[in-house]
Amino acid sequence: MTIDKEVCEPEAPVPSMVFRLEPRSGVPTYLQLVHQVEHALRLGYLIHGDQLPRVKDVVASLSINPNTVLKAYRDLEQKGLTIGRPGQGTFIEASPETVGLEQLTSLRRSLASGWLKQAAAAGLDEQGTIALFMAALRDFRDRPVESRSARREARQRRVGAA
Amino acid sequence: MNVVETSGLAKRYRRTWALRDCNLSVPAGRIVALVGPNGAGKTTLLHCAVGLCTATNGNITVLGDLGAGSLEALERVAFVAQDAPLHKYLSVRSMVAVARNLNPRFDQAQAEERLRGLEIPPDRKVGKLSGGQQAQLALTLALARDPDLLVLDEPLARLDPLARHDFMALVMAGVAASGFSVIFSSHVVSELERFADYLIVLANGRVQMVGDIDDLLTSHAVLSGPAEESDLVGEQFTVVQTRKATRHAEILVRTTGESRLPSGWESDDVSLEELVLAYLRDPSASMLPGPLATNELEVNEVAR
Repeated sequence: MTIDKEVCEPEAPVPSMVFRLEPRSGVPTYLQLVHQVEHALRLGYLIHGDQLPRVKDVVASLSINPNTVLKAYRDLEQKGLTIGRPGQGTFIEASPETVGLEQLTSLRRSLASGWLKQAAAAGLDEQGTIALFMAALRDFRDRPVESRSARREARQRRVGAA
Repeated sequence: MNVVETSGLAKRYRRTWALRDCNLSVPAGRIVALVGPNGAGKTTLLHCAVGLCTATNGNITVLGDLGAGSLEALERVAFVAQDAPLHKYLSVRSMVAVARNLNPRFDQAQAEERLRGLEIPPDRKVGKLSGGQQAQLALTLALARDPDLLVLDEPLARLDPLARHDFMALVMAGVAASGFSVIFSSHVVSELERFADYLIVLANGRVQMVGDIDDLLTSHAVLSGPAEESDLVGEQFTVVQTRKATRHAEILVRTTGESRLPSGWESDDVSLEELVLAYLRDPSASMLPGPLATNELEVNEVAR
């Protein structure tokens, strides 16, 4: 049904990316859309000037609430990643700044040669290592019981600060 | 504007109360899921909203201040009943003609175009269509009335997964194009999150939980930690549900975002399904955040 429609409307642009949903992931639908755009930006699937799929196309293909798509697009715009042009659509404005590749490599090396080595020597298996690391990370941040929105704000602050 | 507003709404069938003391105000522009177990009063509430039954007590208005079932309201509210009632022995084309002749506001061209897009043959008898196509036809007829409020009673219950997807895609595309409000009932909780952004949970004829879905999820969390400290932690929060083993406990709580957890405790997001089931299991727990400031008084009354 959607395919027919797209054929009938030649002005419908070829979408720059495809969204998919994981209903079981527990991540709110709109955040899944936001993450997928950010991910596509990091990997270079989306570049400056690309148009995001139109709201009605996303709605028809995923059969989700239009408000969810609008919320995701608003969120991306607030982060400065996209810009909405009335009557035209939503376009990519910037890429999220990430930690530099060199820095990532050196961090990774220090983790592998240092702490991970000690953990293996102490006899921790993979699951034990992950559990311990996650627990330490939580202690490190020493967070209060955060609600989802507080966590979201914290995430946005991190993105904003980067 | 509220698309549906009730105050003290109650409905009795002979000796059974199908709805009791029901106070709601549902803001416009939302896609509202009405959830509850069988016999909770979902259909009764929807029937009251579209004017198919009259309340025993209390008031219900739709689309601002129109009386439910009044002529103005009938013109702007479209309803698809549980069994998608259509005339089985008519052709699809005649069914469209019937709907056009029965409704003052009916866009026949739009209906025909939509049916073409759905590849429903106009000459086929309605009874020969698949269940999914019959549901789509009923929905197409409802959408052609260009409603401000679309009410769907258990639209997904009889459809297979693919037909569900196509049916809801049709609803969502309609909302994206025309911006009408939707209220649909369902007893399947798992699929709601992608469609609905507003939730009403009914149990035993009473409103158990109502509010914006994101707000509801944000304000709840699952805490997990050692069982012996669970009472202590429970005192800091409003506990909805506690599940305890000998050493380990999981508590579903309403959070404020300020309290700190003792070490050894973890906080997790709650899924919509978990949340709804928890509130349905414990009829004494009720979550009624006022969706609008004007509604605060009524909400407090229910909370008491």
